[in-house]
Amino acid sequence: MTKQLPRVDVVLVGFGWTGAIFAEKLTAAGLDVLALERGPWRDTPSDFATTFAQDELRYYWRHGMFQEASQDTLTFRNNSAQTALPMRRWGSFLPGNGVGGAGVHWNGQTYRFLPSDFVARSHNEERYGPLPADMTVQDYGVTYEELEPHFDYFEKICGICGQAGNVDGETIEGGNPFEGMRSDQYPNPPMRMTFSQDRFAASARALGLNPFPVPSANMSRAYVNPLGMQLAPCTYCGFCEKHGCGNYSKASPQTTIIPVLMQRPNFGLRTNSEVLSVEKTPDGKHATGVTYVDTSGEVWFQPADIVILCAYPLQNTRLLLLSEIGTPYDPRTGEGVVGKNYCYQVMSSATVFFEDEYTNGFVGAGALGMVVDDYNGDNFDHSGLGFIGGGYIACGTTNARPIESHPVPEDVPRWGSAWKRAVRENFLKTTSVGVHGSSMAHRSNHLDLDPTYKDVWGRPLLRMTYDFTLNDRRLTEHLTPVAEEIAHGMGGAHVKVNARRGSYDSEPYQTTHNTGGTIMGTDPASSVVNRYGQSWDLPNLFVTGAGLFPQNAGYNPTGTVGALAYWSVDAIINRYLPDPGPLVRP
Amino acid sequence: MAGTALAASRVLASDYGRGAGMPWSPMSGEVPYYGTGSERFFSHEERRAVAAICARLIPSDDDGPGASEADVVTFIDRQMAGFYGRAQHWYMQGPFAEGTSTQGYQSEHPPAMLYRLALAELDEHCRSQMGGPFAELTEEDQDAVLTGLDEEEIAFERVSAKTFFDLILENTVEGFFADPIYGGNRDMIGWRYVGFPGTRYDYRDFVGHNGAAIPLEPVSLQGRPGWSQP
Ligand SMILES: Cc1cc2nc3c(=O)[nH]c(=O)nc-3n(C[C@H](O)[C@H](O)[C@H](O)COP(=O)(O)OP(=O)(O)OC[C@H]3O[C@@H](n4cnc5c(N)ncnc54)[C@H](O)[C@@H]3O)c2cc1C
Ligand code: SF4
Repeated sequence: MTKQLPRVDVVLVGFGWTGAIFAEKLTAAGLDVLALERGPWRDTPSDFATTFAQDELRYYWRHGMFQEASQDTLTFRNNSAQTALPMRRWGSFLPGNGVGGAGVHWNGQTYRFLPSDFVARSHNEERYGPLPADMTVQDYGVTYEELEPHFDYFEKICGICGQAGNVDGETIEGGNPFEGMRSDQYPNPPMRMTFSQDRFAASARALGLNPFPVPSANMSRAYVNPLGMQLAPCTYCGFCEKHGCGNYSKASPQTTIIPVLMQRPNFGLRTNSEVLSVEKTPDGKHATGVTYVDTSGEVWFQPADIVILCAYPLQNTRLLLLSEIGTPYDPRTGEGVVGKNYCYQVMSSATVFFEDEYTNGFVGAGALGMVVDDYNGDNFDHSGLGFIGGGYIACGTTNARPIESHPVPEDVPRWGSAWKRAVRENFLKTTSVGVHGSSMAHRSNHLDLDPTYKDVWGRPLLRMTYDFTLNDRRLTEHLTPVAEEIAHGMGGAHVKVNARRGSYDSEPYQTTHNTGGTIMGTDPASSVVNRYGQSWDLPNLFVTGAGLFPQNAGYNPTGTVGALAYWSVDAIINRYLPDPGPLVRP
Repeated sequence: MAGTALAASRVLASDYGRGAGMPWSPMSGEVPYYGTGSERFFSHEERRAVAAICARLIPSDDDGPGASEADVVTFIDRQMAGFYGRAQHWYMQGPFAEGTSTQGYQSEHPPAMLYRLALAELDEHCRSQMGGPFAELTEEDQDAVLTGLDEEEIAFERVSAKTFFDLILENTVEGFFADPIYGGNRDMIGWRYVGFPGTRYDYRDFVGHNGAAIPLEPVSLQGRPGWSQP
């Protein structure tokens, strides 16, 4: 039997990056906010202190902080002719769980998307003519200019370390010459680079490209953010991605926002509470709150005036489908919106093997790297290339954790003496030039509910139908040779190209950059939420996160996720609260 | 407030916030879990076979120590005895189907059971085809059998030989390179072999290495042997 709880002004579903952002702004505006998080409490001193945080087996290979697939996973197939099977253990991506969400164990590479990324359809069509019929790319409905102050604020909350390339229209040497106009510098200078980045930058420059430091949420120096939170200098420990930072050096909800929130009497957090559905009034036009279940299986109804889904794109989509909010997307007719435009990322790389020089990959940090943006977005002429979008090309030194990373040259067998020797010879002498490619929406790639497989509470798992598209393949065929050329110029003895071939494989880790499913837009017929992240159907329901992206750009998502969250919460406070109702009338 | 209603029943949710500040409980840091103790799963025969397989996947040779010196078999044994062996964190509900090469692990057996069934069939295969259990074959014959599993030339009846091979290869690499607290990588032998300094957490002095070697002795989560000597 469902038990009823006292009403709150706002209930947040999920308490990761976006949940913390909404909670901070809404409680500061005086609202009574409750966050429901399905995972446990999690904080630096008790959960990933430097005395035990550097445990590769525990955190990466046994998924110490990720969602347990036994609790909830999804089913996967490359196309609708196949039968989707459950991802029995996680592989390609690793959804977060617990307080701080994936913001605890991310790398911290914090980009802004390009101005043209927000108008991908209109911009590209204007420049190159109509897009292919099956390419369901759309404009965001919000522009870079509108988001700029929010990018700026998120960067200040995180203390991003980087080199600006364009402040108020003035080009600055050493930054990204292609970036949208910024109102301010980064709050902190870039991290210190290592040998690999120096070689990469020199090679890229020799090719006429424009290298700049990866904007990083790993601190280059001590920093105090606008909320008074203190971050400490990064120690380049290399146990960053998939690990929590025991040094208070990586911007995470824990190090930038949560301690402030925990002082506020109008903020509550309930952990081990998994939201099952959003509840509606009988006419279906208003959300009344959410139903959740605690770990004993007891079910509760939490009434709230405003419901905000902050549960990561995959869960947000599933919650809408399970709650029967919005029309599910149908790839055959192209109609419906929930689950539409699921996108991911297309990655390739070139590994450089040095003979006499050491790259010492263990001296690394999640976002330590140099990058070129000359082949991203629409920064280059796509005429006659048969694809739109692009990606950045970067040389990062993030770790040399030996279970995960021990690259060997081609033709080395997978095991035995030859493999062992090759690992020893190359372990400290390799680096990689990676292509981080965008992913354009395609009619057939989507999310819906699985007809067969259920979670522990007996509800359908989310089903993912996804494969790389022709656009992805052409993109990677065009960009991988550039990475290879840069790699060749770095002075190594040998370069191995890891091209992107075949179908998308759900097993090896690639990125946790899942986007789409709850996309934003200007038309209820083709988007789930309006330009403020507000549901077209239920005006007191908001959705946030990378699920809003109509397609994925060639960057890591969280800079844009943060900016969109601040943009949306600003609209709630300044526009919705004074006049509750639809913020955009179709 | 809400907390009152919650407290009334056997609730496993926890409440934080409401101005109470950051929660803290003494000794709350979770110790690294299952796999660090001395639990066992394998029978004597199974352990012998696993040790023999690991010793071929990462051999001891002129170039340096291998899985045997690193005691990878103890690592795998403890992993199988714990939550990993039971696939406790994996989704193991049916129906089970073979799956495409892009759909990942689809065996209906958790790792420990997969090992048990596959090891029995492996010995059966070796006895009938090569005259003895796997552990008693020559190194050449062992390599031939492992290649047969890897390249799907040898099939088992009840489980996928390829799934087993991929899993034991993954576990062997884990056991060679995981922190010694889990029973493998004995004396940090795997780390020493490749030059990994282990679980250190501050390399600020070395960022500007400019391609030079950084000779540092490895450290494990339990410290360094040298540190505990008087
Ligand atoms: C290994 C890794 C590396 C990454 N590196 C980078 C990087 O370098 N740069 C970058 O830009 N991005 C990176 N990311 C992505 C980044 O972490 C995410 O973009 C970001 O955390 C998304 O924020 P979010 O609030 O949408 O989701 P999350 O931070 O994941 O938070 C969602 C929360 O919702 C909870 N939740 C889900 N469902 C429910 C439910 N039904 N009920 C209650 N709670 C629920 C989850 O437990 C989780 O805590 C990385 C991610 C991973 C996993
Ligand atoms: S690399 Fe830096 S930010 Fe990352 S975990 Fe280590 S100290 Fe923290």
